[in-house]
Amino acid sequence: MTNKPILEERIDQWRQFLRRRQAVHSADVAELEDNLRSQIDALRGAGLDEDEAFLVAVKRLGDLDALAREFAKEYSERLWKQLVGASWGDASPLTKPRDAAVAVGLAIAAAVAIKIPELFGLRFMEPAADQSFYMRNLSLFVLPFLAAFFALKRNLSRSGWLWLAVPFFAAGLVVNLLPFKPESHTEALAGIHLPIALWLMVCYAYAGGRWRDHEQRMNYVRFSGEWFIYYTLIALGGGALMGLTSFIFEAIGLNAERALAGWVMPCGALGAVIIGAWLVEHKQSVIENMAPVLTWLFTPLFTALLLIFVVAMIWTGNPISVEREVLIGFDLLLVVVLGLLLYAISARDPQATPGRFDVLQLLLVSSALIVDALALWAIAARISEFGFSPNRTAALGLNLLLLTNLAWSAVLYARFIRRSAPFKRLERWQTAFMPAFAVWAWFVTALFPVIFGYR
Amino acid sequence: MNIDKDLVAASSTPLVLAILSEGESYGYAILKRISELSGGELRWTDGMLYPLLHRLERNGLVQASWGRSETGRRRKYYRLTRPGAEQLDRQRRQWHVVDQAMRGIRRMAIDPAKQPI
Repeated sequence: MTNKPILEERIDQWRQFLRRRQAVHSADVAELEDNLRSQIDALRGAGLDEDEAFLVAVKRLGDLDALAREFAKEYSERLWKQLVGASWGDASPLTKPRDAAVAVGLAIAAAVAIKIPELFGLRFMEPAADQSFYMRNLSLFVLPFLAAFFALKRNLSRSGWLWLAVPFFAAGLVVNLLPFKPESHTEALAGIHLPIALWLMVCYAYAGGRWRDHEQRMNYVRFSGEWFIYYTLIALGGGALMGLTSFIFEAIGLNAERALAGWVMPCGALGAVIIGAWLVEHKQSVIENMAPVLTWLFTPLFTALLLIFVVAMIWTGNPISVEREVLIGFDLLLVVVLGLLLYAISARDPQATPGRFDVLQLLLVSSALIVDALALWAIAARISEFGFSPNRTAALGLNLLLLTNLAWSAVLYARFIRRSAPFKRLERWQTAFMPAFAVWAWFVTALFPVIFGYR
Repeated sequence: MNIDKDLVAASSTPLVLAILSEGESYGYAILKRISELSGGELRWTDGMLYPLLHRLERNGLVQASWGRSETGRRRKYYRLTRPGAEQLDRQRRQWHVVDQAMRGIRRMAIDPAKQPI
């Protein structure tokens, strides 16, 4: 127990009560507190006791709701949460200069790193052989910096840093020492799967080394979704910047294409990875998460799409035409469905009872499963005919992985809706499944080239 | 006497500006001065003064700065700016016109002979 005088405690409570209003900033609370205390002093001087003085002073200040409304009228912009440029006392990334310096420093480091190979004659744009170097290594120029950002933020232990470095070194060795044939399929697959494998490794740094912790994994999922949205927005802005740059330079007869494509684009794209992560880290408590909002919007639409598709297929009797690349399309469909499921889970209060949206989610997952099963069935019949090329094997493996995840998710969701299992089980299943994706991504990156003879 | 809400609202800005024209002050002192000047008749809910002060600050009529009270508490002080003084002057003239008109009506009520033709 603290020995705080009762009056102080009551003022504390009053302060906290006022502080909860979004339109009233801490500076305003301090100002109102000065009034409250002056009033209390005056009333006590007039002979009231502490209790009475406090009550009368609070009463004179007026109804706090009405007061907060007045402040909201005066400062309507405060109802819009601002990530940057918010006034003092409130979370703004600019108020934590150390974080900002680290983030900007690492972003610049990534931007510089991508240009270093050019010192050794590897051109970013031209010859195909050079391009294939960049395709394999691209994620290695930025994700180590992202991992370092989180390792610094979470004060990772020395052994933690070592563990974190292992996958990045391993990846560097694998993609550069294996004798990939330029423009081969296995090389392209490694180029696609390595970023995913390494992104999941960054989770170790994000979780401050506690990567086994399911809550931390879920937080990383949330982070990833928000990061993706921020990155897309930054990329849109970057695109506008580059378009306008080339336009205005053209107007004075200068061609900016080379500078843009060789410098601004690669450096900007890599630097933005870190800047986006930094903004998302800061916004988590300031601004609503956007990924669940998109999920909420698109779950009904995707469910409708899938149901209509199933009906159309039954109605017309058209079989799925088995083109060579049809699997990739269905993979993407499952990825989207998994994303919708994941971000719905990430935003859901696990204690809440099953609702209409949960039924909709189950419908979405089930219809996706049916559609995918039909596609797989159609392909299975002819896969021997096509043969197991690296691309098809990778697509098939991913499809089976996603199918497993979604099938068990559907079972758990159904159990939850029938109230025979808690929602946490579904969340647990998703976070427990994450290593499976990591293992698969590493497998495709490192072992596919060997298995398929670097085709 | 209970002063009409609209009248309180209309008079609040010139009152606060007038009090600040006497010199720098802060919320509680301004409220005390209002109460003094009106013989305790003009009372508002204390809290409502602050959104008003902030509006005046945002419009550049007053300037605020953080200082300390005698007991060392953080306190926000307000000072009239030049545009604030000009605004006060305008408002004073407006109130004067209203006041004149009110007096004129009263005189008419007392002495119908003074009614203009």
